[in-house]
Amino acid sequence: MNKDATQTTQAPLPPRIEFLAGIKAELPILVGVIPFGLIYGVVAVAAGVPPLAAQAMSAIVFAGSSQFLMAQLFGTGTPAGVIVLAAAIVNLRHALYSASVAPYLNGLSKAWKRLLAYLLTDEAYAVTITHYRNTEGQTPPANQHWFFLGAGLALWSFWQLSTAVGIFLGQQVPESWSLDFTLTLTFIALVVPSLKDRASVAAALAAGATALLAFALPYKLGLVAAGLVGIAVGMLVEGKR
Amino acid sequence: MTLWLTILLAGLATYAIRLSFIQLFANREIPPLVLKALQFVPPAVLTAIIAPELFIQDGSLSLHLANGRLIAGLIAILVAWRTRNVVLTILVGMAVLLFIQWFF
Repeated sequence: MNKDATQTTQAPLPPRIEFLAGIKAELPILVGVIPFGLIYGVVAVAAGVPPLAAQAMSAIVFAGSSQFLMAQLFGTGTPAGVIVLAAAIVNLRHALYSASVAPYLNGLSKAWKRLLAYLLTDEAYAVTITHYRNTEGQTPPANQHWFFLGAGLALWSFWQLSTAVGIFLGQQVPESWSLDFTLTLTFIALVVPSLKDRASVAAALAAGATALLAFALPYKLGLVAAGLVGIAVGMLVEGKR
Repeated sequence: MTLWLTILLAGLATYAIRLSFIQLFANREIPPLVLKALQFVPPAVLTAIIAPELFIQDGSLSLHLANGRLIAGLIAILVAWRTRNVVLTILVGMAVLLFIQWFF
């Protein structure tokens, strides 16, 4: 059999094969997601979020960094409106993913689109878009949404599970261990490696300074102001080059 | 009760963002200015949260060595910068904080 000749005339892969391939592609990412979910569970409880609510956040919001943010803001007594606004701003990047996968999902039913949108996380997006791009022009894309579903569900299950274990562990740890600080440390670990150019460093410094200056503002508005100032400074610095 | 409402609203907002281009307005382009602004959201918002946690103690600016969170945070920044390792950053930061809390 000539392998090259068969490749262009292949039938679409069956749903089961696509689904399993999606799970398999997600496995290496889960190695990084499991500790993240554990830490989230631990720190959410340390920040004072009731266990059931911490778990519900994983199911309803289902977006790691915004969940950390919400736990932190809730723990420092931030009003609900500011928490929702902050979570939405941090999750705005998902609009990019949405735009990027949209052309591949065009022919699907509304139910499929709604389900896959719920599963559109950083991690599921990363492997799915890679799969779509790598197989473009080779296998017919008819069943590739099953790959998305496999990757999305694998991530979903492990996120819920690791959150639950983290919540359980968090309840065993006494307050004197200052575990709430792991939240700040997680943010540091996420932010520092992302400061790759002058513009993003400027954005971070401007936001940090504004947050300190505006700390006394009511309703945690200092956080909103600092975020906006940081974004504006970043854009200005980048525009100058 | 407020917390549950907060979670529900944040979940709805997140879902609407994810569904946006897939269903609500397919075939529309994101304006370039918005794209540009989006890339600065994580550094700006996260640093705005980190700074007060490190520098403000009991409601006022605290720059001395007895502020364990500041020292631990600065060391954690160094670790994150050199290693890019999330777990290591958290472990080192916590170790420094607990050391300072127990011995000073």
